[in-house]
Order: sequence, then structure tokens, then C-alpha cells
Amino acid sequence: MLVHSRGARWAVWTVFAVLFLPLFALPLLVILGASLATHWSGVLPSGATVAHYRAATRGEALQALTTSLLTALGASLLALTVGTWAALAAAGLRKRYRSIMDALFVLPVAVPSVVVGLSVLVAFSQPPLLLNGTRWIVILAHTVLVTAFAHQSVSAAITRLDPAYEQAAASLGARPAHVLWRVRLPLLLPSLTAAAGLCFALSMGELSATMMLYPPDWTPLPVLVYAATDRGALFTGSAVAVVLMAATLLVLFAVSRVRTRASYR
Amino acid sequence: MAEAAERTRAVRGRSRPPGGSRTSNTAPRPFGALAWALPPIALLALFFLYPLALVVQQSFRPDSGGTSLRPYADVLASGAFRHALWTTVWLALASTAGCLLLGFLLALVIAFVPFPGAKGVARFIDVYLSFPSFLITLALLFLYGSTGIVGSFQFLTTPWGVLLAEVTYFTPFVMRPLLAAFSQLDTAQLEAACSLGARAPRIVRQVILPEALPALAAGGSLVLVLCLNEFGIVLFTGAKGVTTLPMLVYGKAILESDYPGACVVAVVNVLISVGLYALYRVVSRRAGA
Repeated sequence: MLVHSRGARWAVWTVFAVLFLPLFALPLLVILGASLATHWSGVLPSGATVAHYRAATRGEALQALTTSLLTALGASLLALTVGTWAALAAAGLRKRYRSIMDALFVLPVAVPSVVVGLSVLVAFSQPPLLLNGTRWIVILAHTVLVTAFAHQSVSAAITRLDPAYEQAAASLGARPAHVLWRVRLPLLLPSLTAAAGLCFALSMGELSATMMLYPPDWTPLPVLVYAATDRGALFTGSAVAVVLMAATLLVLFAVSRVRTRASYR
Repeated sequence: MAEAAERTRAVRGRSRPPGGSRTSNTAPRPFGALAWALPPIALLALFFLYPLALVVQQSFRPDSGGTSLRPYADVLASGAFRHALWTTVWLALASTAGCLLLGFLLALVIAFVPFPGAKGVARFIDVYLSFPSFLITLALLFLYGSTGIVGSFQFLTTPWGVLLAEVTYFTPFVMRPLLAAFSQLDTAQLEAACSLGARAPRIVRQVILPEALPALAAGGSLVLVLCLNEFGIVLFTGAKGVTTLPMLVYGKAILESDYPGACVVAVVNVLISVGLYALYRVVSRRAGA
């Protein structure tokens, strides 16, 4: 559209490829390549092996994978519940209260995750709620961090919702709870699943707050990747990273299947 | 079974006398609505606001006891803190500038000089956003680290390595709002400018750039906040020379167990980030209007 001559278009595409491929595609390919190799001193990795994957899918790493999956599942379900509740409640408020509530719920995005970790550590290492050293403190911190994203995407969807459906249902005599359960939530389902996928992916990759909090018996995958890298086991680290990416993608794919089926309704 | 239940409920619904006394639930009911808003706010207050308040409180409590400004005086006077503050700010500003430039160029090509597979690239960017940031540093360790492919010079342990990783990771955050803005641009404007004899650079400058400014401002300020708060990228470089504010919080709290000091750094970091984020909200709301 913008560039009409054939030569100029190819020139633009070449520049695009030269910028895009090394910056965005290369890092992922490098991690994938390294996870299958034992040495990397030349241009290409050498010594093909799947030993790193064998190590990355058993013992400590397998436990870390379950830990990450459970943490992400728990955190995203809790965040989705609280975020959706807050978004629905805020939609019924007057404009001034609504903007205060929106501002409160997006605040965790702006606060650095390391500080969220520190604050949770400071607050729950002392009575009355002593959570430090248990798995619940990790799940709690992840929930705090991702609730803001759940709330943001659900409240954006609520403003796009056509009020005619709920008005029609209410005018036919449906109680508020019935309208919520049979009309509003089904209409919001696509954005709810999208928010769930987002929360899950964010929680799977969360490192900053986790580094401040994790107890020795609840080590998520990102911490394991860091531990491997820190002791110089880069190749094992990248195999664990590939497992992390694959698990995230699989769950995202499953969640997007739910969304497409819901949107046909 | 469910269908039957649905039918009975529907019948019951219809059997209710028309124009009953029930008021419409969509009419504003300020007090009821406020009561419904309380549980999530209480949860947020307990698990987010109260811990933050404790951090602020602890930042005024030195280890020697009592309440004083000692921790602030100590931290603000230390060279390590000033160095970290400066590194954080210039790294965030430079990364944001880099992301804006690169993101604008790449989004421009995807939207206006489309090639076969451009849609796939746009989808790849969405997927890319769901990966954690430290993967980029992990990949750079292979490329530029001590056993590197490109060379074993100590590139990654300098701020430039962190800058490269941050630009790489955060550029898609700029490209997404830009691509959304470009898809709403009326192509007739471009055709008109073109038929009047404007060349591509001039169309970009005078037609596309003004349309893209709100998206650029919104994406840029989001990336600025995220860069100020970035931790994983810096942690993975393992560089002793690059210390940002989040790294300092981690170091003081976990490695040195100096909680008052960590809380002071945290308060400073929160003030900078939240101030900038408030600016981002104002800008993006104006862009949306």
C-alpha cells in the first residue's frame, strides 16, 4: 500500500527480516537448540542429546513443573474470581466510585513485583497470619500480581456489553442473580477465558516476587531455571525453560479452544 | 435434566403477574451496589494495601529501634543507592526510546507493506508476550556470554547487555497497540496522499505518525513502567556492575537481611513507578477518548 515499486518493497522486507529475526526469533531458537546439545562453541550447537530433557522431566524438575502448574492454576482461579467480582460490582457503582475502584485494582500493575513480594513477606511473616515458609505465600503473591490483569480485561469487556440483554431478562421478571448467572456471565465467557489464559501465563513465568518468597519445598520452574543458570548448567536450564514454555503454550491453546467454542454460542 | 429445570423456571417466570412490584435490577441502587463492592475491596486491602503500608512503616523503623528517618538518611546517602537509581532511570528511558523506534518501524511494515505471513508474525508477537522476560537473557547468555557464540567479551555484564535484552523483550508491548491503531486507520487517506504525489517518508510523517501518537504514548509509558520494575532480565545477567532498584530491594532483603533499607528502596521505587503509571492512565484514557 505504502511502497509501490517492487524493488523498494523487497528492500523494506529485507530490513524487516534483518531486524525481526535476530531479535525475536533467534532467542527462542537458541534456547531450543541449546536444550538439545552438550556443547556450543561454534556457530551451531554440537553433541545432540535428549539427556537434558530426561533430567528436566523427572525428579526435582518434575516436582517444580507440578508446583508451577498448581500455583498458576490456583492463582488464576482466585484472581479471576476476585477480579470478575470487583469488575461486576464496580459496573453497578456511580462513576466517581467506579473510577476509584478501578484505580485501586490496577495499582498492583504499577507496583514492582519485587516490592509486592517484599510487602507480602513483611506482612505475613508475623502473627496473626503466619504464612511465611508455606506454599500459600507464593500462591497469595501470584494472586495479588495477576488480579489486576484479570480485573482490567473483564471490566473492559463489561463496558462493551450490550445492556439490552440484561434489561430484557430483567423486564421478563428474572431475579438479579438469575440475570448474572444466565445472561451476563455467559456473554462475558470469552473475555473470562482470555483473562484466565493471561493470568495463567503470567503466573507460570513469574520470577521476581517468587524469588523473595519461595520456601524450599515449593520451588516453581522459573526459580529452577535461575538456579541451573546460576551454577553454570546453561544447557539443563534451557531444557527446563523449554518445558516451561511448552506447558504455558499447551494451557493457552486449551483455553483458546474453550473461547472459540463459547463465541459460537 | 438441566433443560427441564430451565423450562420450569421459564414457566414460573412467565406465570408471574406482569408489571409486578419487583423493581428493575439494572436501575442504580447505590447502597446495595456499594455493599457488593466491599468484599473484593476488603480482600485487596488485606493482601495488598495492608502489606504495602507495613513496608512504609518498616522503612521508618531502623534496626536499632524507635521511629526515625535514619534508614532514609542512610540509604539516600549511600553511593550504591544513587548509582542504582541512576542506572534504573537511564536504562528504562533508553529501553523505552529503543522500543518505540523499533516497534514503530516493525509495526509500520506489518501494517502497510504486508508480506505473506504478516498475520502469522502478528500472532507470534501475541505468543511472545506470554513468555517470561528472563528467557531473553538466557538466550543472550549463549550468544554473548563467557562461553558465547559471538565472542567471549564481557558484553552481558555491562548495562548494554541489559539494554539489548529489555528492548528485545518489551518491543512487542509497543507493537500491539500500534497494530490495533493502524488497523483502524482509513487507507483512503494514504491513497489520497499518494495520488497527490507524497512519497512514503512524507506519508509516514504527516499521515501515519499523527494517527499513531496516542498508541505510541500509551505503549511507551507502559514499557517505561515495566522497565523500571524489571527484575528477571537483570538477575539473569549475573552482572555485579548492573544494579537496578528492584535488584537492590532483593539484595538488601534476601542477601543482607537489611529489611528497613530494602523497604526504603521499595518506597522510592513504588513512588517513581506509580507516578509514571498514573501518567500512563491519563494518557491512554485521553487516547481512547
